[in-house]
Amino acid sequence: MITVKGLTKRYARTLAVDHISFEVQKGQIVGFLGPNGAGKTTTMRILTCFLPPTDGASNVAGFDVLEQPLEVKKRIGYLPETPPLYPEMEVREYLTFVGRLKGMSGSSLAARVGEVSERCAIADVSSKLLGKLSKGYRQRVGLAQAIIHNPPVLILDEPTAGLDPKQINETRELIRSLAGDHTIILSTHILPEVEQTCQQVIIINKGKLVATDSVHNLQNRARGAESVVIEVEGRDSALDAKTVQHRLETVSGVSRVVFKETLNNRSSFEVESLQDRSIRGDLARAVVESGWNLNELRPTAMSLEEIFLQLTGAEQAGAAAPPPVEAVAQGRES
Amino acid sequence: MRNIWIICRKELHSYFVSPVAYLLLTMFALIFGFFYWNSVGYFNQVGLESQMRGQAFPMSVNEYVIRPLLSNVSVIGLFFIPMITMRLFAEEKRMGTIELLATSPVRDLEVIIGKWLAAVILYATMMLFTAINFAFLFRYGNPDWKPLAIGYLGLLLQAGGLLAIGTFISTLTRNQIIAGAATFGVCLMLWVLEWVAGYETATWAKVLAYMSVITHFDSFSKGVLDTKDAIFYASVIFLGLFLTSRSMESLRWRS
Ligand SMILES: Nc1ncnc2c1ncn2[C@@H]1O[C@H](COP(=O)(O)OP(=O)(O)O)[C@@H](O)[C@H]1O
Ligand SMILES: [Mg+2]
Repeated sequence: MITVKGLTKRYARTLAVDHISFEVQKGQIVGFLGPNGAGKTTTMRILTCFLPPTDGASNVAGFDVLEQPLEVKKRIGYLPETPPLYPEMEVREYLTFVGRLKGMSGSSLAARVGEVSERCAIADVSSKLLGKLSKGYRQRVGLAQAIIHNPPVLILDEPTAGLDPKQINETRELIRSLAGDHTIILSTHILPEVEQTCQQVIIINKGKLVATDSVHNLQNRARGAESVVIEVEGRDSALDAKTVQHRLETVSGVSRVVFKETLNNRSSFEVESLQDRSIRGDLARAVVESGWNLNELRPTAMSLEEIFLQLTGAEQAGAAAPPPVEAVAQGRES
Repeated sequence: MRNIWIICRKELHSYFVSPVAYLLLTMFALIFGFFYWNSVGYFNQVGLESQMRGQAFPMSVNEYVIRPLLSNVSVIGLFFIPMITMRLFAEEKRMGTIELLATSPVRDLEVIIGKWLAAVILYATMMLFTAINFAFLFRYGNPDWKPLAIGYLGLLLQAGGLLAIGTFISTLTRNQIIAGAATFGVCLMLWVLEWVAGYETATWAKVLAYMSVITHFDSFSKGVLDTKDAIFYASVIFLGLFLTSRSMESLRWRS
């Protein structure tokens, strides 16, 4: 649905985007992840034909952004970093105006305005002035204008920035509900957002592509080995944490067992596997066969934050091994 | 065509929901009313005096009321142009709404012409207020309507050119006050250029005077439709809109 090849954008002095290539399949939600200044907005502006690239080619919904910008524009909905609202317009008026701009008209437009107002939960403010709306409503009106013409591709620049936690959840919910019919790229510098909303992630840093993969694979890849938290409870007799730990350590594929705590006759441990070994099944059997209760067994997914730091190299500054001087400086900077 | 109208309507809407349009219309009506009653009063007094001296009434309403009034309007208009055009693009840039326009399936030129057309319509509405005053002349006097119509055509053409220049200047900044001040400066320049012809007859002075928008209005105010002057105004309109479209394009390449 979206193909980007060797995309480069140079502003007067800064190289904002540096030879980025990626692909987005139809119906996917892709997170475009990177710290501030990474070049996310710039890339999105190129994909929406707002800015011309310095170099490289991008194809959106089957059309080249430089060759056929009008065709591309018909097929995208775009929510810029600040929602493009006219303060002197009422919500319904505004959505009608945007709908007309996108080529809709008449009763189908009126119906669609009602529909997206319901969907984005802004129907209750439809005759309010945009200038008088709260941040949460402004953002949702921004989303509503992006989907008004039901475009196959949605490009959302930091759709949850500046919202409170409840609004963030509602917005994510809304975005997830749009997947399937729409191909969505959303940018963010908040990691959990990608974990919760997206299927695929594209990580960029300082204009360069760092990684692109499914969220699931990326977590696995960075993790390499499996890591689980296990909680064991003594059934009849008191539980001896040492015994349990020894038992767990003898399970095949386990590389390390770290005791965490004992509470009310329950002990919890963090267990790491050897590279590429799956240990959860064996752990569970070992616990049950030893006559203990298995209270909890869950994988500790490495957060994208750790992955991100690992991939962008910012972590080196805090790593145990003495880092080169240069890396320290970089780590502080970013 | 459809897109031009969509943009134009949106601009008119924002003129008329904010106090801007009403403020401009009221101020213009007051200033024009002042000039109007002054000249009508003067006309009556002169007419009365000549009657008392037993002379025939030799003056025509067209020559003594309408013509100077139209010239006045064309100068007063210069002061209103910046206030009409200053927000057209500057405000879109400041609010970020330019991103909506630029990523919608409409051409730059449609956006530009739509905005310019809205400005022209607002200006024409101001002119309508003057026309109401002139209607009284038809009620009580006996002026010729053709020169008046040509005068109005001239006013619209002249304003069209200046509004196009103002639209262009509005694309250069995101601050509408700066856009307004710069447009005012340019309008003033284009007006006073005419003065050099008063004391200098060299070619350069003639060229400068030619560029003054006011000199080209003379023929219109006399009720004469001079194609040379009409073409001059049309060229200014074209140039202004052309510069606007270049500016919008380079905006993208630069930013
Ligand atoms: N209009 C511009 N002119 C010059 N430099 C810019 C402009 N817009 C962005 N930049 C620079 O390009 C880099 C990437 O910016 P941006 O794409 O906005 O990053 P992000 O959206 O990921 O925070 C930054 O270093 C920024 O300073
Ligand atoms: Mg950004």
